[in-house]
Amino acid sequence: MTDTIVSYLANFEPFKSFLAFLTESYGANGPTIFAFLIFLVAVIIVVGALATIGGLGTYAERKISADMQARMGPNRVGPYGILQFLADGVKMLMKEDIVPKDADRFLFFIAPMLALTGVFGTLAVVPFSSGLTLTDLNVGVIYLVGIGSLVGLAVFLGGYASNSKWSMIGGMRGASQIISYEVPVVLSILAVVLLSGTLSFGGITKAQGGWPHEWFIFHNPFTFLGFFILFIGSLAESNRAPFDLPEAESELVSGYHTEFTGMRFAFFALAEYIEVFVLCGIAAALYLGGFQVPFNLGGDTIWGQLLQLGAFFSKTLALYYLVIVIRWTLPRLRVDQLMSMCWKYLTPIALFNLIGVGLWMWLFDGKSLFTLLFKSGAAAAGIH
Amino acid sequence: MSTSNLDIYMPILMLLLLGVLLVVVTVVFLSKVVRPHNPNPVKEQAYECGEDPVGSAWSLFNMRFYVTGLIFIIFDVETALMFPVVVVFKSMNEVGLGGLVLIELTIFVLILAAGLAYCWRKGDLDWVKSYQTGKDPSGRPRIEND
Repeated sequence: MTDTIVSYLANFEPFKSFLAFLTESYGANGPTIFAFLIFLVAVIIVVGALATIGGLGTYAERKISADMQARMGPNRVGPYGILQFLADGVKMLMKEDIVPKDADRFLFFIAPMLALTGVFGTLAVVPFSSGLTLTDLNVGVIYLVGIGSLVGLAVFLGGYASNSKWSMIGGMRGASQIISYEVPVVLSILAVVLLSGTLSFGGITKAQGGWPHEWFIFHNPFTFLGFFILFIGSLAESNRAPFDLPEAESELVSGYHTEFTGMRFAFFALAEYIEVFVLCGIAAALYLGGFQVPFNLGGDTIWGQLLQLGAFFSKTLALYYLVIVIRWTLPRLRVDQLMSMCWKYLTPIALFNLIGVGLWMWLFDGKSLFTLLFKSGAAAAGIH
Repeated sequence: MSTSNLDIYMPILMLLLLGVLLVVVTVVFLSKVVRPHNPNPVKEQAYECGEDPVGSAWSLFNMRFYVTGLIFIIFDVETALMFPVVVVFKSMNEVGLGGLVLIELTIFVLILAAGLAYCWRKGDLDWVKSYQTGKDPSGRPRIEND
């Protein structure tokens, strides 16, 4: 069983000899040093890749919005302006660091750090492929929900520490929005846990298959609804439009990060874009089959792993594209609409869903709708 | 090779440290070398559309989310309590005890749904509460607020 990238790599010959060398040199500490080195390399690769994806996310967002509004979008830096995010990063680095005189300097420093730490923490359990999962915790879902709410704390602290009225209102809105939408999100995640009987993301992904009819979204009508609740809730949790009330630029200037300049602002933005990717990845892993490839092509070989990565990233990036398109299509909700959307629609539907999935499991013995239809169709046609 | 328990949590510690270090290194050290530093009193004011800020932002105001916060805590505890039940449901279902677990789960959810319905009826989920406007938009007799 592979539950971390270390235990996956330890099956291979070069790594075995490397492990043997370390064990010989350092005695009982060998495996720990081996794990430390592999984890360090893997963590740096994953964070580097995700930071690049986050940066490219800002580029994609500007380019897609430009396309939808019949503009050019960024087209100066690099081919088709694709290096714009690097130029933006350098610009942010060279901006003056302004801290308001009345601000709480310590919290002002802590807030972007918390946002980034919370988002990086969620990367540990994202199942990129069966081999490339930093650590597939057996309490992965609880861990993700817990560490992900650090971002909500960062939003509130960022708003509070600035001592500016716009920031304060934005932070308050952000905190109430993020905690409210956590309830439907967790309830719709629980529906998937009900189907798979495990809290680890690898286990949940492996309980599904490569073909769309084996995904949990098409397992039964309740999970079909559950996916959309999860997706809408994720949009709200990552403060994306149409739920971008904490940073509503037409009413609150820039919301909770009004007073943040330079790199501090850049970290808030980076955290937001990585969080969107992570939430799309989680939605893909829970409901859309994650890294599963049809025909069992995704094996332990290098090509199998690459296919799995391809499957995971194509599903996630498709959702990412959808998130961006939604942002530039829908108008922003009002605060009262936002709260009634959560408590009067999503939460009751999610509760109903959870019981519905349980009922389906009990009545049909955990079989999916497709299996039942196929079985009855085959029985009617006389095929056994 | 089986990794020990602590090894499994090693990347999490690394990721959290990396998040902290990245901010500290860039904001405190790297950016300090290249960025300008010309503070002046106007620049250091909190932004209030160009006017001098009136008072502090750390004042009391009606945030309207107090009851929502309370409801959230109840539902968060509810989901936390449902996690173990939901995890064992599949294996219980396989040995034929699924119905029992399902009934327990349903009773638990129904009690909390009743609480949500009570809050809803009382108007605590509305942005402008019915007892503040003095009339109930639905026209039904409202539950007295104690």
